[in-house]
Amino acid sequence: MTDQHTPLVEMRNISISFGGIHAVENASIDLFPGEVVALLGHNGAGKSTLIKILSGAYRRDAGDILINGEPAEIRNPRDAKHYGIETIYQTLAVADNVDAAANLYLGRELQTPWGTLDDVAMEANAREVMGRLNPNFKRFKEPVKALSGGQRQSVAIARAILFDARILIMDEPTAALGPQETAQVGDLIKQLKREGIGIFLISHDIHDVFDLADRVFVMKNGQVVGHARTQDVTKDEVLGMIILGKCPPGATPGPGAMVAA
Amino acid sequence: MADTMQTTTTSGPRQADTNAVTRFFRATEIDTRLLGMVGALLIIWIGFHIMTDGLFLTPRNLWNLTVQTSSVAVMATGMVLVIVTRNIDLSVGSILGFTGMIMGVMQAQILPNILGFGHPAIWALALVCGLVVGAMVGGLHGLIIAFLGVPSFIVTLGGLLVWRGATWFVTSGQTVAPMDPTFRLMGGGTEGSIGATWSWIVGLAACVAIIAAIVNARRQRKRFSFPRKPIWAEYVIGGIGCVIVLAVVLVANSYHWPVAIARRYAEANGIAWPEGGLEISHGIAVPVLIAISVGIVMTFISTRLRFGRYVFAIGGNPEAAELAGIKTRWVTVRIFALMGILAAIAAAISTARLNAATNAQGELDELYTIAAAVIGGTSLAGGVGTIAGAMLGALVMQSLQSGMVLLGIDTPLQRIVVGAVLVLAVWLDTVYRARAK
Repeated sequence: MTDQHTPLVEMRNISISFGGIHAVENASIDLFPGEVVALLGHNGAGKSTLIKILSGAYRRDAGDILINGEPAEIRNPRDAKHYGIETIYQTLAVADNVDAAANLYLGRELQTPWGTLDDVAMEANAREVMGRLNPNFKRFKEPVKALSGGQRQSVAIARAILFDARILIMDEPTAALGPQETAQVGDLIKQLKREGIGIFLISHDIHDVFDLADRVFVMKNGQVVGHARTQDVTKDEVLGMIILGKCPPGATPGPGAMVAA
Repeated sequence: MADTMQTTTTSGPRQADTNAVTRFFRATEIDTRLLGMVGALLIIWIGFHIMTDGLFLTPRNLWNLTVQTSSVAVMATGMVLVIVTRNIDLSVGSILGFTGMIMGVMQAQILPNILGFGHPAIWALALVCGLVVGAMVGGLHGLIIAFLGVPSFIVTLGGLLVWRGATWFVTSGQTVAPMDPTFRLMGGGTEGSIGATWSWIVGLAACVAIIAAIVNARRQRKRFSFPRKPIWAEYVIGGIGCVIVLAVVLVANSYHWPVAIARRYAEANGIAWPEGGLEISHGIAVPVLIAISVGIVMTFISTRLRFGRYVFAIGGNPEAAELAGIKTRWVTVRIFALMGILAAIAAAISTARLNAATNAQGELDELYTIAAAVIGGTSLAGGVGTIAGAMLGALVMQSLQSGMVLLGIDTPLQRIVVGAVLVLAVWLDTVYRARAK
């Protein structure tokens, strides 16, 4: 690790298995403030599982999670949010049947002094945040179901920003989007990065994320093949890591790297 | 009333074309689906009115219709929340029977022995007892569903059998009667109605509440300078709401006491019997007031409180709700406990109306309740449904039954018709939703 200050997130030697199958085995990854780290691998390589441990959806069997160098106990999504970890899932985890403001505040609704929902205040904040992210967004009163993929994604991202996320996890953030919307999300990621937010990008498609990321971690069969700074490796080399598990000279090998013949 | 208050939460996307009708509905934010139900109801009413040679749309029949609807309507409000979260509750009829029997035994046997016969607190204690038992039974179902992972269909199917059996064990199958006189007011009838003056007071208060709600909503949106409805739309909504309320009061007040009861009342109070007979208005029946109040409270819970927001979010995307940090299991427990309380309220209405608690009370009510919610636009796929719709659904079901009784149609044929209408209504709704997309 070239950087001397403490990582924002460090996951050390994480393992989890489901019914005897090691979904993630002895994996270690880290993330620094203002950095975009791509986590790459085939479907089933364990990248989503690993990151769901960080976001509190799964509980690890072994290993440590450190946030700002301090051991963190993450047992459920609420704990993760407590540490400023926000996740945007590939399945566009929004409740389809309620409107944008309700989704932004889901689980943390603003209330009036009488304990009722303060819908107008939530809508006001939603309009402000959405205005910053996606000035074209006007459909505040309609269920999210009626929105396009990109609009729904901007709702999901706005949700994270609204709560001052310090660590943002984006699982296949552009998989469901068209080219223009993908570019929008790319701009957004650069903007968040400037604000000092650490971002994990998870993808099975290297082209989606290579240009956005500062570093890449590659996983294969539940293990980390290795990691590298994107300036030190080529796309083809990273592809080799993903497909063959072969670590190029510019990368630091992990436990899952193919042993040199 | 409840439906006019709901208009800001429109359900279903709207089409892009802008003819005058579309513009009207968009400006007023009237739920066209709900409007369709009102239309269907009117068609049923007018149809029966013609077929029965003018027997259907009389104050007397409409008054009875609303009283008969109350019990199922109360339960349907809770069934909406159950179905919205992709669950089902098949046990409400049995919970109604069980809590009804508990309340019956409390007021007819246990409490008079402790407090003395005719004690004024008996009815209230019996009612509270029933509500607590209902909440506990429902809560137990919820706990099993949420924490043990047994599907709600199975848990409540078990509950259907268990609580019906438990009802029998309370008195070894004996019917309990009579009920406490104050308790019986909850069942309606000449005594259980609030009379003309109070009906007008309630009606005017409701009008004031409607206008206050509209003004408040507009002021709130103005404060944050959001787009507002055109002012004429607010007047239309307020006007329609008030007219409906006052029309209901007028109809309830046009139904007079039967001559024999009025004569007895006149004699008891030393009023001289006038030439044309004494016309004493029933006014709004107490069970109807209870049902409307339940509807308003449930609408408030489902649209204005966090709990309601969570119910709908869970129904829309259970995984997203869980990931957003909502304690989805506890929400499920609370929904079923609430359903149990509502079944107990329905039990109070129906035992009071029957003036007895019996073993068979509430049998098949679970099916009518589910049918009411579904006809009222609650989607079994989850996430969609309104309290007002479900209550209208209950009214539609009861109108069909009551109309067929007036026509002298046999019970077996009534069931066939109600069953067919249920399927037809849901099919029409499916078509509507597919087109609305």
